[in-house]
Amino acid sequence: MASEGGTTGYIVHHLTPLTVGEGFWTLHLDTLFFSAVLGGLFILFFKSVAEKVTTGVPGPAQNFAEMMIEFVDQQVKDTFHGQSKLIAPLGLTIFCWVFLWNMMDLLPVDLLSLISSLMGIEYLRVVPSTDLNATFALSISVFILIIFYSIKIKGVLGFARELTCTPFGPWMMPFNLLLKVVEEIAKPISLALRLFGNLYAGELIFILIALLPAFIQPLLSFPWAIFHILIIVLQAFIFMVLTIVYLSMAHEDH
Amino acid sequence: MSINATLIGQMITFTLLVWFTMQYVWPPLIEALEERKKKISDGLAAAEKGQEDMKLAEKKANKYLKEAKVESANIIALAQKRANEIVEESKNTAKSEGEKMIESAKAQIEQETQQAKESLRKEVSSLALKAAEQILQEEVDKTKHKDILGRTSKQLG
Repeated sequence: MASEGGTTGYIVHHLTPLTVGEGFWTLHLDTLFFSAVLGGLFILFFKSVAEKVTTGVPGPAQNFAEMMIEFVDQQVKDTFHGQSKLIAPLGLTIFCWVFLWNMMDLLPVDLLSLISSLMGIEYLRVVPSTDLNATFALSISVFILIIFYSIKIKGVLGFARELTCTPFGPWMMPFNLLLKVVEEIAKPISLALRLFGNLYAGELIFILIALLPAFIQPLLSFPWAIFHILIIVLQAFIFMVLTIVYLSMAHEDH
Repeated sequence: MSINATLIGQMITFTLLVWFTMQYVWPPLIEALEERKKKISDGLAAAEKGQEDMKLAEKKANKYLKEAKVESANIIALAQKRANEIVEESKNTAKSEGEKMIESAKAQIEQETQQAKESLRKEVSSLALKAAEQILQEEVDKTKHKDILGRTSKQLG
């Protein structure tokens, strides 16, 4: 594969998304497609389990779904001490969806793009989490929820007071505001960039390994893939936990 | 690496996924989990209660058994006593009956003796009278010496 367009060309080719449109209205079709398909898989699996759910002895599928649900529910119970119908399902969705995104990283780097090039599609980037749009879409949604709940729980005035009068008291209002705004803005940015950075780097290393001679590749890609199994779960977990933490912070009244 | 409309598309997808999970996935599953948890804890509690009930029933049964034993022992003792009494009573009855019979026999003997004595006396007195009559045939007038004869017969009697 390294032959076409040289090493740089190969790398760039692998990291270029399939696009339609111009300027801001560009759409990354591959990101949209794969994330929608993965989201659909997630929904289908859990929905089919939820339909056949039994309080008796669970089958393997229900067992797995219950394990996930209990895992997320435990995380929510550990950090969030309020009543919310949204946070736990949100956490589950984030965890599963991000995990499925990341899992695409474990597919051989050339496999899907080879298939798609045979179908006449020139560019294909299969891992949605290597697209800043995908990660920012998640983190900005979470950010909107943070703002929404902050205002809902504390009221507009309460939220404004928190932004201006903490941590240093009303006399340092501009400084407080600056600190708080940075603090809030940092949440979605760090969420999105952490996930993006990890997965982008991981994918890049897979691509670099794919450039090496064939007999060395397994030696490197195998341990990196094993290591990556840890990373993809960890990143999905971190995203979920931080979302829960941020939302529970939004629920807390100071 | 530009931010573009994909972001909006992804946000819409995400919102739909979260909404769907919230609506159709999370509630039935978490409900089932809670229900199972409740079932299990109920089952455990029931088992514990059953065990306790069994212990209580065992205790009760033992108590009843003990009571029944005591009662049966009492009944046996009572029966024994009663039997003894009956034996004693019949013994007594027999004794008294025997005594009575002896008594009546004795009385009869006495009476017969008395009768024999009486008849003997009468015979003796009549014999004596006859003898005296024969001896005193001439001199003694029965009517004249009635007093003397009566006295004599009385003395003999």
